[in-house]
Amino acid sequence: MSEREEPGAGAGASPANALTRRKFILGVIAGGAVVSAAGYRLLAPRAPLRVAGGERLLTLNINGKQRRVEVAKNERLAWTLRYKLGLTGTKLGCDRGECGACTVLLDDVPHYSCSVLTQTVRGRKVQTVEGLAAPDGTLHPVQQGVMDEQGFQCAFCMSGFLMATVGYLKTNPNPTRTELAHGISGNLCRCQDYNKILDALMKGAENMRRA
Amino acid sequence: MNRRPEVELEVERYEARARPLHLFDLDRRGFMRSIGGGIAVMLAAQTAAKAASLAAQESGATFRRENVPHAISAWLHIAPDGTIKVFTGKAEVGQNIRTSLTQTVADELHVGLETVTLVMGDTKLTPFDLGTFGSRTTPQMGTELRRAAAAARGVLIGLAAKQWKMDAGGLEAVDGKVEDRAGNRSLRYAELAHGQLLAEMIPAAEAMTPAVDWTLAGKAARKVNGRDFVTGKHRYTPDLKLPGMLYGKVVRPSAFGATLTSVDLSAAQAMPGVHAMRDGDFIGVAALDELTAERAAAAVKAEWKTTPQISNAELFDYLKTHAETSAREQAQAASEQGAVAAALAAAAHRVEATYTVEYIAHCPLEPRAALATWENGAVTAWTGSQRPFGVQQELMQAFRLGEDRVRVIVPDTGSAYGGKHTGECAVEAARIARSAGKPVHLLWTREEEFTWAYFRPAGVIDVKAGISADGTLTAWEMHNYNSGGAALDTMYDVAHKLVEFHPVQSPLRQGSYRSLAAAANHFARESAMDELAHAMGSMEGMDPLAFRMKNLKHARLRGAYQAAAEKFGWQGRKKAPGHGFGIAGGIEKGGHIATCAEVAVDRAQGTVRIVRVVQAFDCGAVVNPDGLRNTISGAITQGIGGALYEAIEFADGRILNPRFSQYRVPRFRDEPEVEVVLLDRKDEPSFGAGETPIVGLAPAVGNAIFDAIGVRIRTLPMLPGGKLPAGA
Repeated sequence: MSEREEPGAGAGASPANALTRRKFILGVIAGGAVVSAAGYRLLAPRAPLRVAGGERLLTLNINGKQRRVEVAKNERLAWTLRYKLGLTGTKLGCDRGECGACTVLLDDVPHYSCSVLTQTVRGRKVQTVEGLAAPDGTLHPVQQGVMDEQGFQCAFCMSGFLMATVGYLKTNPNPTRTELAHGISGNLCRCQDYNKILDALMKGAENMRRA
Repeated sequence: MNRRPEVELEVERYEARARPLHLFDLDRRGFMRSIGGGIAVMLAAQTAAKAASLAAQESGATFRRENVPHAISAWLHIAPDGTIKVFTGKAEVGQNIRTSLTQTVADELHVGLETVTLVMGDTKLTPFDLGTFGSRTTPQMGTELRRAAAAARGVLIGLAAKQWKMDAGGLEAVDGKVEDRAGNRSLRYAELAHGQLLAEMIPAAEAMTPAVDWTLAGKAARKVNGRDFVTGKHRYTPDLKLPGMLYGKVVRPSAFGATLTSVDLSAAQAMPGVHAMRDGDFIGVAALDELTAERAAAAVKAEWKTTPQISNAELFDYLKTHAETSAREQAQAASEQGAVAAALAAAAHRVEATYTVEYIAHCPLEPRAALATWENGAVTAWTGSQRPFGVQQELMQAFRLGEDRVRVIVPDTGSAYGGKHTGECAVEAARIARSAGKPVHLLWTREEEFTWAYFRPAGVIDVKAGISADGTLTAWEMHNYNSGGAALDTMYDVAHKLVEFHPVQSPLRQGSYRSLAAAANHFARESAMDELAHAMGSMEGMDPLAFRMKNLKHARLRGAYQAAAEKFGWQGRKKAPGHGFGIAGGIEKGGHIATCAEVAVDRAQGTVRIVRVVQAFDCGAVVNPDGLRNTISGAITQGIGGALYEAIEFADGRILNPRFSQYRVPRFRDEPEVEVVLLDRKDEPSFGAGETPIVGLAPAVGNAIFDAIGVRIRTLPMLPGGKLPAGA
């Protein structure tokens, strides 16, 4: 079971190092593809998925589109969205419904998608952060609120906060700060002052009322 | 003691010792052709003398290898189309340095922010960097990039002067162009860079724009790639995918330090599409989907041998009795100023107290993650880290590879707070990937992050101090066991002083945490100062602010205290029943901080609510006021966790509370009213703000609790289990 070192793998610095680097730079920088990880081949088309037994082919309504996907019996929605449908805007920050980073809307109601079985969302409307902006790229008023107030730091929590807020505003479009804070209190942020997050999301609520 | 030495690696950066060689062995013209021409400016990262000698080699065709490792700290490239790329080994982890560094370069080059792109944290493309920590980015990398940009501007002006056959003195860089105002003509940077193959190595000193003349820097700037973060388009490490990729899982030992006695992989291996492997004590599995990987890990039958280990209950006794006596410590002991014991004996009032801090976890919302792929014996790993080159080093050591065979890329990461200096997740992903022969994606669970990352050190801090009858601080002695030496020295004036750090072999794996031990040392020191103020006779004692000011000459810290007190209304403060006010301050990493807090204590319920916090901060010339405010108020919020609630509970080599439902981090309901006062000192160099703004909260709150109920809490967290300790 235990693997040994690959032959030749222990080579230290050698004159070939420079060549490798130079060749690399030649390839990548000249090609203008250096900017961020998003620019790499990571976004290459997904290899066909061969999954273990017990899968069912489901049709799900995700962001207004019908998506067909093979789903295991106890597969949870966050994993289906992220790893099978490529909707990685939905984040995983904890193991079970404790941080809110994976919040999505099911028929307009916020849910922790890490705690929802994918099978149970058949026939329901699923909305993720990728589905907020208009098809022409115009940001959703709540997204725009975050841009207006610059309410983010690392922003790993942001998708969850956006979805929780959009969902909450559907039931209460004109909340007080306290009401909105309570409405989205199931979401965690580790970088920022919650007041600042609330400033941004309250601005989003205002943007929505004006829209 | 207002400023620490610039590049000292603090003792408690346990995880950051090694410094790898960095090779940047390039023939200059070949290099310039390889990047498609234009103008490159490389900044020598050495002492002035060495930099000058490098500059003297300008005529040589190549950089000499023996000089070049570590010689370049950053470089920037002006492409023939006028776009500017800046290359730095720093990593973006939510502190928004991608934005502030972009501002700095754009400001110096007189171009719009959109013209400048930062390439960060990629060991193949960016120069060696020790890591993104210690609040170093703004003072160090910001300054270096400004120098590189100033040099690039000089090159552009020189090219225009040559073209126009005139003296460069009459030319100016404005709005992406070099202008000859007298001749009423201009050349765009793109026109100047076109057809050039120019690589400049510049020495450390280059005329830079003083802060008072900044145009883009010094003002609020929007997060440069902000849109990607509100649309879900940005790919953090866990979001990355490669063709043929498998999802990995590590089978964890049953306790810290456990050794594997037997393992049976057959059930896992029998599962379709599953790869299971063992190497020493490491067991990893990989599968086509995450759920199957989880099941496969559960199907591995492993037996572990564990050893008895201490728990929270014995922690502080252990730390006090297991201090290591080191040469360093003895040197520190020898640094006693005056005669502390005699001064203590002669003091009119004395305070002798022990403060403790528990281990706490960083809890970055993005847990550790990595994607690793092998090709021709070389590995590339994407991972969320503050130390791309540190992770590269770990991979080189783990797989015995040369530097050219390991590439580490750090996508903008979902926060770190000092907790992502190490590369264990990348090493694990790479190990499984090599065995499986396919790229492997590994995302730690929250429980893994709570258990197998490292913690902020726990510590015991003993303080003995004395004052004269008029409130003059006469003696000060402080011993820190295990938590660390950062901000150990007192900033108050005192004739007789002894401060020591006593390292301990920590029972749990520990490492850097936002501000290192500065938070613990400020908690102890500023609590003790409060105790001294109250020790003067009556319960009311001397006003805690007046007592501090009486014993403080440092002008900038005095300024911070005054600013915070004024905004808070310290002088005219009036207590509502159950409410209390506290103040604390300090200096660390070039930042001067003062914090005022108001708390409401419900003794019957045993609860404390922080009502209001005012914090003044002076870190020199402010680069991005919006970003700075966010960082400061975010540090206050994070500080609430360590001050009131957070403590790692452990026993027998296991973490007992590895979930957010069991380990309470600050939530909406904990948020006080927060006001930040920025003291923008355009006459002082810019220092970082990632750490110091967290140090004032805990002591200010502890002092406020004392003010409210007359009970001194000397432990962090102050509300274990969410309640005041029994008897308070």
